[in-house]
Amino acid sequence: MKNNVIFKGWWLPLLLVAPQLIISAIFFFYPSGQAIWNSLFLPDPFGLKTEYVGLDNFTFLLSDSYYRASFLTTAIFSISVSVFSMGLGLYLAVLADRLIKGAGVYQTLLIWPYAVAPAIAGILWMFMFNGRIGLISWYLGLLGYDWNHALNSGEAMSLVVVASTWGRVSYNFLFFLAGLQAIPKSIIEAAAIDGANFWKRFRSIIFPLLSPISFFLLVVNIVYSFFETFGVIDIITAGGPEQSTTTLVYKIYADGFIGQDLGSSAAQSVILLVLVGLLTVFQFKYIERKVHY
Amino acid sequence: MAKINLKNLEKSYGKTKVLHDLSFDINEGELIVIVGPSGCGKSTLLRMVAGLEEVNAGSIFIDDKKVNDLEPMERNIAMVFQNYALYPHMTVFQNMSYALKILKIPKDEIYSRVQKAAEILELGELLERQPSQLSGGQRQRVAMGRAIVRNPAAFLFDEPLSNLDAKLRVQMRLEIKKLQTQLKTTSLYVTHDQVEAMTLADRMVVMNEGKVEHIGTPLEVYTKPKTLFTAQFIGSPAMNILECECKNGEIILSNGSTLKINTKHQGRANLGLRPEDFSIDENGPIKLKIELMELIGANTLFHCRLEKNNEPVVVSIPGVLENKYIGKSVGFSYDNSKIHLFAINSNQRIS
Amino acid sequence: MIEKKKSGYWLSHLGLCLGVLFIFFPVWLAFVGSTVTQDDILQPPYPVLPGPHFFENYSSALFQGGPDGYDTGQISVLKMLINSTIMALGITIGKIIISLLSAFAFVYFRFPGRKTFFWIIFLTLMLPIEVRIVPTYQVAANLGLLNSYTGLIFPLIASATATFLFRQFFLTIPSEMVEAARIDGATPMQFFKDILIPISKTNIAALFVILFVYGFNQYLWPLLITTTPDMQTIVMGIKFMIPTGDDYGHWPTIFSTAMLAMLPPVIIVISMQKFFVKGLLESDK
Repeated sequence: MKNNVIFKGWWLPLLLVAPQLIISAIFFFYPSGQAIWNSLFLPDPFGLKTEYVGLDNFTFLLSDSYYRASFLTTAIFSISVSVFSMGLGLYLAVLADRLIKGAGVYQTLLIWPYAVAPAIAGILWMFMFNGRIGLISWYLGLLGYDWNHALNSGEAMSLVVVASTWGRVSYNFLFFLAGLQAIPKSIIEAAAIDGANFWKRFRSIIFPLLSPISFFLLVVNIVYSFFETFGVIDIITAGGPEQSTTTLVYKIYADGFIGQDLGSSAAQSVILLVLVGLLTVFQFKYIERKVHY
Repeated sequence: MAKINLKNLEKSYGKTKVLHDLSFDINEGELIVIVGPSGCGKSTLLRMVAGLEEVNAGSIFIDDKKVNDLEPMERNIAMVFQNYALYPHMTVFQNMSYALKILKIPKDEIYSRVQKAAEILELGELLERQPSQLSGGQRQRVAMGRAIVRNPAAFLFDEPLSNLDAKLRVQMRLEIKKLQTQLKTTSLYVTHDQVEAMTLADRMVVMNEGKVEHIGTPLEVYTKPKTLFTAQFIGSPAMNILECECKNGEIILSNGSTLKINTKHQGRANLGLRPEDFSIDENGPIKLKIELMELIGANTLFHCRLEKNNEPVVVSIPGVLENKYIGKSVGFSYDNSKIHLFAINSNQRIS
Repeated sequence: MIEKKKSGYWLSHLGLCLGVLFIFFPVWLAFVGSTVTQDDILQPPYPVLPGPHFFENYSSALFQGGPDGYDTGQISVLKMLINSTIMALGITIGKIIISLLSAFAFVYFRFPGRKTFFWIIFLTLMLPIEVRIVPTYQVAANLGLLNSYTGLIFPLIASATATFLFRQFFLTIPSEMVEAARIDGATPMQFFKDILIPISKTNIAALFVILFVYGFNQYLWPLLITTTPDMQTIVMGIKFMIPTGDDYGHWPTIFSTAMLAMLPPVIIVISMQKFFVKGLLESDK
């Protein structure tokens, strides 16, 4: 039934939504408009005046090999973090779901990294591999492997992926555990009576039933890796070496604040804006479909 | 105590009209039950009186004062909801006193009014409990208590018993009746349960598809239903309706059986026969083939078919009867003073 | 339970313990680092068991920002913690208040512009601050919000997630509840205060946990908006302790600070675990 019970009046509700609208307008819509506006201008080297350059910022960006590379970097980074953290989360959730007792204790032991700031997670992992003091890099050295994520881009990427995955496992674990616990026991028991062993049951029944939640998590994790991992990257690699861990978001920051290239940074914002918009519409459509199930 | 007058009320949602030109009056202290199938507009009507739904056309008067545009509060009515709508975070006392608190009534008066209502409803020991700690029947009582403390001009009940189990429902029905007789507060009560309607009502309003079918005392509605709909809706098991032909004071059924009756009506009509007005009679004019018997306690139900043309007929005979009739053809007579005739097109009662 | 074999049961425990080990290992090392001396850390291999310097490391970090004679130009970690807490609480409480108000308006009123406003707020879902970071910074700078709590808090409280969560919850409240309140004579704001807020308690608590973690762990925005050390939050302040180039830094201080930075949000998540799980599962759906 539609909620047709309503209070009368129009000024009170307007007053009630005003705070959110005003804050959104000042810190959200105005800056977003500003980003679009700035993306059409190029400041002169002295910052004294700006010149209208139309879409030049965009064409320049798209021909810039570093920018194009950051797309690939973002894709590799996001997909790796999503896949690893989801895989590990699912694995731990399946194990915890099999326990009769103690699942709650493991939940407590596993969820708290959610509360650790990505930047702090970056510090935890960075020092373990630090060339001067790191425990793991030292043992790797004994084995004859010279770890240096400040120079080796593959190692740098692995490290930011591992640090981000570490902080993200709890989230996926919780969702998968909730998903598993929502599967009616009778379905699983029916399959067991039909003679399916654990792995067969998992593949033919549990996994298909988890697929909507997995898809949802994939989208959420990708969006997370886009934005929330800024701190990890900034602490561990600062985008390097050779911009090999510079994601799209990191590049907006690096070009805008460190490089002071406002036009380019704004153009990048606009591109990312469109990208995230598409992703959200995609996610929203999917959620809407889920509602109709 | 107040009287309520409804004049030419209309209501539509978008293009669907849910109430058509509806008028009736509720006298002071009267308990009126609105009964009808789901979707007939009875709840909408009640909510319009409460002020929870807008009135599209027509007027509502409470004590001769037009209240169409007044807030629910300003109409001085109290309402009991189907799901009770108790505030889950408040104790029973707080639930019952919330309206009084808003009216800024002094604390000690609130206290004495709640105490008095609690006494009437035997809620005294539960005042400090939360709704979640109460049984269904107790919650129902709290909902009533919330209505009583306000001393409203009228009580509005929106299917207040349908969330209770059958046994409790009978008990609460009696309590509501007792309470209303004691307080003499004008009441409007909506239900889809015709037994509730018959037992509670001073007068009942039978509604169907947004229109009033019949207004009258339960006795009138039962014995002289104005329309075919009322005839079928009120009474359980439902009245049998058979097509017939009236000719010179005789009713001829489609299978040729005849019943004698005093009517000037000539030609085709719908004949209504209540299951409980039949009696077994070897020589009776109505021959029925018994398909199934159901023992329901005080009565035995016969599910039969009219001989020759197989129209289904239900008969209810007092007492517990043996199964020996199943599959047999049995003669029945019918109390001719209880024959109901309805016109073919208008479905109105023919006297 | 179907699984009767003991081996499967113990394998599950083993697998989970490995997971717990992976989760705890880096934090354990950081804790060890916060209890030893700088020399212990600089001489490889890195120690794996805690040392006796817990108290002095933490107290020097908390109250001086480092040991005697070690000056990074930083403020004390205590001050950073206070800044972080003010920012986190400001964001959390601000978001909850504006979201409760607007969700209340959207669900219980019909007013001009309702649909448009709803979509406008929905749009804010799509764009985290990181995307529009440069112009948002300019706006904050133009408004004179650099190095202020207002500047730390306000740009981050405009987001739609909480509004949608409350809206979703309000829609599940039976309409009879508001009808009963209207018949009892409650004005809209009385209904909001006396009934809606109290019955939203668990939802508010759930959101509080999620938002506090979100607010406390902000990194990029405080990094930009604070230019003087005394406004630094702990999560971004620690960045300036990390040695660059040939610098050695003071690792026991860094580790103590890292441990202290984790403590408040972790304590909130663990102690309000039930609300946290509820909030997480519901707010993202």
